[in-house]
Amino acid sequence: MPSQVKPHVRSLLPGDWLILAAGLALVTGLWLQRTDSLDGRVIIRLEGRPFAEASLRLNRVIQVPGPLGESQVEIRDGRVRVAADPSPRQLCVRQGWIPPGGAAVCLPNRVAVENAASGYDSLNY
Amino acid sequence: MPASPEDRRVAGLAAAALGLTLAEAAIPLPIPGVKPGLANIVTLLVLYRHGWRMAAWVAGLRIVAGALALGQFLTPAFVLSLSGGVMSLLTLAWAMHLPRRWFGPVGLSVLAALAHIGTQLLVVDLWLMPGGSLMALMPLFLTAALITGLGNGLATAHLLRHDAPGQEGSHP
Repeated sequence: MPSQVKPHVRSLLPGDWLILAAGLALVTGLWLQRTDSLDGRVIIRLEGRPFAEASLRLNRVIQVPGPLGESQVEIRDGRVRVAADPSPRQLCVRQGWIPPGGAAVCLPNRVAVENAASGYDSLNY
Repeated sequence: MPASPEDRRVAGLAAAALGLTLAEAAIPLPIPGVKPGLANIVTLLVLYRHGWRMAAWVAGLRIVAGALALGQFLTPAFVLSLSGGVMSLLTLAWAMHLPRRWFGPVGLSVLAALAHIGTQLLVVDLWLMPGGSLMALMPLFLTAALITGLGNGLATAHLLRHDAPGQEGSHP
């Protein structure tokens, strides 16, 4: 239908403001959720299966019961490391703090810790 | 088959939209996928002046001709452009029935822009890069859509106000 209704003189009508406000709220919500979900996750795997997922923001020590004993994953000040592990050569403990995107694997105890910090680089984009 | 005056008008408007599409393709933009979508000003103008059917014709022709001109015809970029275009036209078909007293071109433009990018992200997520966690980029794209939708809507409102339509008793 060729509607020839004259548009109102003002560019922004109340409904437009409503739509803009709703859009803004949506976008703000998404940004907040995004920073929440992407700001550094720690993924711990046991025997290859996801055992726990934690935020890098929250300082805590996670006990992971592996076949040899208990591994301790420490999250502190936005960093993560394997603090203690029963593996004989202590490779994953001596690795120290895990860089963003990196991982430490305690193979004898079947524990893998991944620092899945955000990071949308051009490669995975 | 002789071309009717309406055909000519559609062709002229589609050509104007195509010009905007090509001009904006020449502008380097920092983020891939974010562009102003100036051709939608034409779509909105046609929607207000000549109704939805003609707007759909103009937008459809612009999408196909633009893809041909940019060498994107039948590529994923074309599919994205088409799916976004179809969805924003459907959105407009619905939104144009909102009361005119309260909803103007800016609101319609923002709705169409959000529908456009939302559909494109969905298509990319489901078809082009399944599991690519593209949804993490959603806030960025939606913010861009909000801004470009606002800008295009304001431009449309301005044109509707200052450009008296050729026909029908218009008054300043």
